[in-house]
Amino acid sequence: MTHAMHDSDGARPKGSMFVEDAHTRRRNRAEARFRLYGLAAVTISLVVLAVMLITIFSDGVSSFRQASVTFDVTLEEEALDPEETRERSDLMRVTTIGYGNLLGRQLNAYLERRGLTVEGVSDRDVAALISRDAPAQLRDMVLADPSLIGETISFKVLAQGRIDGYLKGRVTRDSALRDVNISPEQLELADLMREAGVLTVGFNWGFFTLPDASDQRPEAAGLGVALIGSAYMMLLVLVMCLPLGVAASIYLEEFAPRNRWTDLIEVNISNLAAVPSIVYGILGLAVFINFMALPLSSPLVGALVLTLMTLPTVIIATRAAIRAVPPSIRDAALGVGASKIQTVFHHVLPQAAPGILTGTILGLANALGETAPLLLIGMVAFVDNYPASPLEGGFLDPATALPVQVYGWASRADAAFIERSAGAIIVLLAFLFAMNIIAIILRRRFERRW
Amino acid sequence: MYDTQVTERAVDSKKIKFQCRNVQVYYGSTHAIKDVNVDIEDKTVTAFIGPSGCGKSTFLRCLNRMNDTIDSCRVEGDINLDGKNIYDHDVDPVQLRAKVGMVFQKPNPFPKSIYDNVAYGPKIHGMARNKAELDEIVEKSLRRAALWDEVKDRLDTPGTGLSGGQQQRLCIARAVATAPEVLLMDEPCSALDPIATAQVEELIDELKQRYSVVIVTHSMQQAARVSQRTAFFHLGDLVEFDDTDTIFTNPHDPRTESYISGRIG
Ligand SMILES: Nc1ncnc2c1ncn2[C@@H]1O[C@H](COP(=O)(O)OP(=O)(O)OP(=O)(O)O)[C@@H](O)[C@H]1O
Ligand SMILES: [Mg+2]
Repeated sequence: MTHAMHDSDGARPKGSMFVEDAHTRRRNRAEARFRLYGLAAVTISLVVLAVMLITIFSDGVSSFRQASVTFDVTLEEEALDPEETRERSDLMRVTTIGYGNLLGRQLNAYLERRGLTVEGVSDRDVAALISRDAPAQLRDMVLADPSLIGETISFKVLAQGRIDGYLKGRVTRDSALRDVNISPEQLELADLMREAGVLTVGFNWGFFTLPDASDQRPEAAGLGVALIGSAYMMLLVLVMCLPLGVAASIYLEEFAPRNRWTDLIEVNISNLAAVPSIVYGILGLAVFINFMALPLSSPLVGALVLTLMTLPTVIIATRAAIRAVPPSIRDAALGVGASKIQTVFHHVLPQAAPGILTGTILGLANALGETAPLLLIGMVAFVDNYPASPLEGGFLDPATALPVQVYGWASRADAAFIERSAGAIIVLLAFLFAMNIIAIILRRRFERRW
Repeated sequence: MYDTQVTERAVDSKKIKFQCRNVQVYYGSTHAIKDVNVDIEDKTVTAFIGPSGCGKSTFLRCLNRMNDTIDSCRVEGDINLDGKNIYDHDVDPVQLRAKVGMVFQKPNPFPKSIYDNVAYGPKIHGMARNKAELDEIVEKSLRRAALWDEVKDRLDTPGTGLSGGQQQRLCIARAVATAPEVLLMDEPCSALDPIATAQVEELIDELKQRYSVVIVTHSMQQAARVSQRTAFFHLGDLVEFDDTDTIFTNPHDPRTESYISGRIG
């Protein structure tokens, strides 16, 4: 090395510092080329990401808006409470079919009164403009407050899926010609109703609160149950994963002797992180459901499976964070007479915390988007009851999860469900985005301290 | 109270703090310390000198069992502190290290505030009953490490934000704060300017009135200035161990002579 500097053996030819020699030029070119490759790689991935996001958003944003019909309904006593008792048992006897008939009659009458009629649209066609979910909605309302019977109320119901699609541009008069569920005349009536302010489009709160709905009622399908299910699972995964993962990592990094057993454990943790997630689903099915007899489709089982899946990731991230703490800090603590545990908890863990939290949140984000193992433990089932609160055993109630709901809707025939599926993906992405932001904020917050 | 002359005359009758017999240290298959016998006296400054890589730090780390943290490291022989072998099974290394403090070769402040750096030891050993007492310990320790005037206005700023020399003095303050009986210092002045070095040497002089101090140094002048006893290591062997005066004026071993006069190292 020193020889080259003295140029004594000619290892580096002499030359002016201001003239680029061939060798330097070659090196500079290589550097420029490499920078270009990097830039190209980043650009390509950004373009792919943009295309993906644009597709999803153009398909899914419309699911955040929803058409609904507002009209006056007279709650006729003879239809809803023929016995005139207002007794719950009597009111219960009138089914949704009865309410459906009433709504159909009332809508026809209302539109006639407002002069909104189109030639060739039968009473049945008019009644079909509102969601099949509406009768149940009205029935629940009346059962909750029987004094409404006999009154005339302004009632706002979801529009039928095709009408909803028409207002959002998914359904056209051309497609209506080939559609048994809707006719061009009905669409014409919808236009009239829209001008009259009877048919309106607003923000779709129901998308976030309503449970899933059957094939004929895409307009009533929401993410309510899936959101609760996912939230329960994330909570349980966090509660199970973080302590277990951190404890295991601390043990392996700070206390375990280095021998064949710990090597074996280490290799296995890395392997577990690479196991396809569906394998964890099969494991969950065999162990938690068949052997331990935990209920199918429950958030608890889902969380157990996801915990198994996430734990290796969390352990690997945590160990890396612990290992990144400089050994001199440990020496310093031990040197003033701190015990091993004090060293770990007072100095190593606070230093490693940003890394641990980031790893855990990214692991959670992974778990939030995981579908395959949940399909195997039955979370794809159609669930239209909300799970109870955690205190009332809600972790054992059937539920679905966001990604599973995406999968479920995407596999249904009606285009309205495809729209909702894309909408659910947007919600899922928003959550993942939020989690990453939280990871970054936590990281900054902890790091800025020193 | 302690007159220097009195101390110097009393050297022979001083209590032995560390008695090391046939100490061997291995890193895996490397024999880093070979059969070393040393007596470290109480209320004395003992200097370890020798060329780089000869095992000074290794031996120093044996005295408070910091070598335990290195998996490949194996220590054999007896090291007795006040007559008790510190490598016995019933000795708790944590309590040992509270008694035998250490300043490391590279400054290693905690990534916490200056105050917390110094207060940490006293806190975990329950040396202060309240905040006022803790404040007092912190101030006294920082003063003794000649750092107080520079940091008194920013005790809550991170210790890692200090300059290298200040960090080293912070580490000295941290070690002093736990009131150890023996203080091991591994090249405490290698990052310090002459003024701070003089202050640290003053501190060492003061400490020796109550404690036993072992200092590793590459500066012959420093060894001559601060220590009463000097040990010369070479390639893992303890070549010569004697009164500092003797080592520097009349060494027995030719290797010592050539190291001191700058021919090996
Ligand atoms: N952790 C370790 N693992 C393996 N070998 C080590 C380790 N620490 C030190 N050694 C070896 O032990 C020998 C003594 O090292 P030591 O650090 O004690 O030297 P030193 O006298 O303090 O040197 P210096 O003056 O440069 O600090 C060296 O040969 C070194 O390579
Ligand atoms: Mg050293």
